[in-house]
Amino acid sequence: MRASRRWFFKAVSAGGAVAVLPTPGAAQRKAPAAAAYVFFNPAEAAFIEAGVARLIPKDESGPGALEAGVPSYIDKQLGGAWGAGERLYRGGPWRPGTASQGYQLPFTPAELFRTAIRGVEPKFPKMAPQEQDAYLDSLQKGKHELAGVPSNVFFESLLDVTIEGFFSDPAYGGNRDMAAWKMIGFPGAYADFYEHVDKHGVAYNAPPTSLAQAKGHRHGHAS
Amino acid sequence: MATRLKESDVVILGVGLVGTILARELTRAGLEVVGLERGEPRFTVPDFQAPAMHDELRYSIRKSLMVDAAKETYTFRNSSAETALPIRRIQSFLPGSGLGGSAVHWNGQTWRFHDADFRMRSHHDQRYGKDFLGKQYTHQDWGVAYADLEPHYDRFEYLLGICGKAGNLQGVKIAGGNVLEEQRAREYANPPMKEPYGSAMFRKAAASLGYHPFPSPSANMSRPYTNPEGVTLQTCVFCGYCERYGCEHYAKSSPQTVLLPVLLKDPKFHLRTHCQVQRIDLDASGRRASGVTYIDGQGREVEQPAKLVIVGLFALNNARMLLLSRIGTPYDPATGDGAVGRNYTYQTLSGVQVFYDSSVNINPFMRSGANGTVIADFVGDNFDHAKLGFAGGAYIGEVMSHGRPIEFHPTPPGTPAWGSEWKKAVVRHYNHTSVVNVHGSSIAARDNYLDLDPTYRDAWGQPLLRMTFDFPENDLRMSAYCTQKATEIAKAMGARQVAGGPRRAPYTVTQYQSTHNTGGTIMGADPATSVLNPFCQCWDVSNVFVIGASNFPQNASYNPTGTVGALAYWAADALVKRYLKSPGPLV
Repeated sequence: MRASRRWFFKAVSAGGAVAVLPTPGAAQRKAPAAAAYVFFNPAEAAFIEAGVARLIPKDESGPGALEAGVPSYIDKQLGGAWGAGERLYRGGPWRPGTASQGYQLPFTPAELFRTAIRGVEPKFPKMAPQEQDAYLDSLQKGKHELAGVPSNVFFESLLDVTIEGFFSDPAYGGNRDMAAWKMIGFPGAYADFYEHVDKHGVAYNAPPTSLAQAKGHRHGHAS
Repeated sequence: MATRLKESDVVILGVGLVGTILARELTRAGLEVVGLERGEPRFTVPDFQAPAMHDELRYSIRKSLMVDAAKETYTFRNSSAETALPIRRIQSFLPGSGLGGSAVHWNGQTWRFHDADFRMRSHHDQRYGKDFLGKQYTHQDWGVAYADLEPHYDRFEYLLGICGKAGNLQGVKIAGGNVLEEQRAREYANPPMKEPYGSAMFRKAAASLGYHPFPSPSANMSRPYTNPEGVTLQTCVFCGYCERYGCEHYAKSSPQTVLLPVLLKDPKFHLRTHCQVQRIDLDASGRRASGVTYIDGQGREVEQPAKLVIVGLFALNNARMLLLSRIGTPYDPATGDGAVGRNYTYQTLSGVQVFYDSSVNINPFMRSGANGTVIADFVGDNFDHAKLGFAGGAYIGEVMSHGRPIEFHPTPPGTPAWGSEWKKAVVRHYNHTSVVNVHGSSIAARDNYLDLDPTYRDAWGQPLLRMTFDFPENDLRMSAYCTQKATEIAKAMGARQVAGGPRRAPYTVTQYQSTHNTGGTIMGADPATSVLNPFCQCWDVSNVFVIGASNFPQNASYNPTGTVGALAYWAADALVKRYLKSPGPLV
């Protein structure tokens, strides 16, 4: 299962030319794990995959973060501009602030994740789900220092990117097959609701549209 | 060594809503105008087009249209006793950057303030007795009255094509409009937008409790509209990507959709983008501006001499520009002396979530930035405060602007923040939840102010602006009162469960609240307690005019943009009719 998912991400990230889904036969092939991620090392990947599967689990309401490809989303974000501190003021001096003052650590997101995951419980991926939940809860409550990172700061960042990956456009690597949008009924990147907005209470059942599917809408300007 | 350019009649700092209006009025009066914009040029086509524009991650979460905090941000602390630290990620408020400024990514809610708002101090003294709130509050009169601004509100609303329904037409009250508004000379430029489901339920609930619901005035179009400048807007399709986005449909009023197509054809207007103004230069007397100095996109220092300087930056940056230029006296909270940076105020917001049965489809994604239904019964001084122990108020309404799921996935209180229970609650409530907003005023307090940070600098080496702010007790009381009223209305909306609470201290920069940052370069009748005279002209340097929400001595219950637009036309009128004929102090 894991191999087929990574094969899929590898195929997608190879470029637009690879537009076909893997055939069942191909999906069974063992793909090199390192190729699936641009940022995470195997230990980091194992923690993230196990962690997001508990933050947004697969259950009767639909696929979870793991099935939706959220680890790939997080990997691409950390390996890209956001991970490197895009739009983050990085001038010193760095000082501990109040909660009102927000994030004041010197780490970029990539540095924060890499540093913090060094300090997490190495057995986490192999724990039972209930144990994993208890450990995540202790991270959220700030009960650990993860190689210098307060665990609540890391946890909040992990939860934020997990929710982002789950609900953002599939172009970013998560929300595979728009599963999260289908689950809640969000129509996605484009729709014209002029004729619907005053039809009160009527369910909107059209399938969602991703950025890849949405056609450009050109509008002439009268002036 | 700076390159010194040929003198221009006028230089405008910031080509957003204010800069565009002033440039249009001053070129029309025959002047050569240079417009300096720190960001990039951007237009509806190609920059705001689908599908790329409809990307919640890129625009809402990563905030691609906003100022880049890596280069330029603000420092913040709750009180003078703390050390201010940089706002490393822009979250609580979202100043835009680039041509059109914040009026590209705004929602479009366009209001007029009440006459009592413009006379807050004298009105209070008259109605409730002197200092009824206590001496820690520094709210004051603006030096202009609603009647002065009415023709300019009118002009601004017709430029933008505001959609709404008058409730007070030349003194005649009209049911279904805002019957509590000041009188307007004529009807809105366009009829109200279609009313979404949640808004309709709010309207019925508010009316059943004896309040006066009406459609929120909107700069998202209800029909095609050609404005007096000859520029045409198109009908809004309720796509749900409005605030934090540029409109691909020409359906949201912005400089790009109401004025720039005309202005950019005028040979007297000279737009320069990627210009970071460092300061307004003063002559040896310190009483007259000689022009401005900026750094261009290639890092070159350029001096642009000008006879007249118009400052039309984002409100916080107006205050910063005067401080960097040493114009006026910086405010000192210890003594109360000085006016630049004084009376920084904000907006006091809260909300009530309304959770429905799963048979009720709210369809939160079928929205625009400014559509909705509201009441003004608890706005400003529309209700008696004598026994309440606070001043100010809030408009209350169902004005949801979108259902984008990274930002909007409501769950009832008690739901865990993650895990299977969270996920089930998100699925259960996403399409069955409405939100009632409480959009409250902000009173000026002695301890809330802006100055230059002693430690942190921007990418050009200039001190960042330092914000010292917390919610005053007055506003926490106001929020508690108005949020209770909102909760009562929400309970009448036929929901299964209602959840919400008032705004609580401390103010924190980690949560988006509002981009309605006001004050810091306030206008008034007394130069000891204001930076600008009632015509938005610097008391100390008469060829510098500052226009923006920074001019507000305190913030009202309503969104500020309508009043910023009215001040822009009001100041332009004084410039063209009086100042140009005889340059010098207008007061």
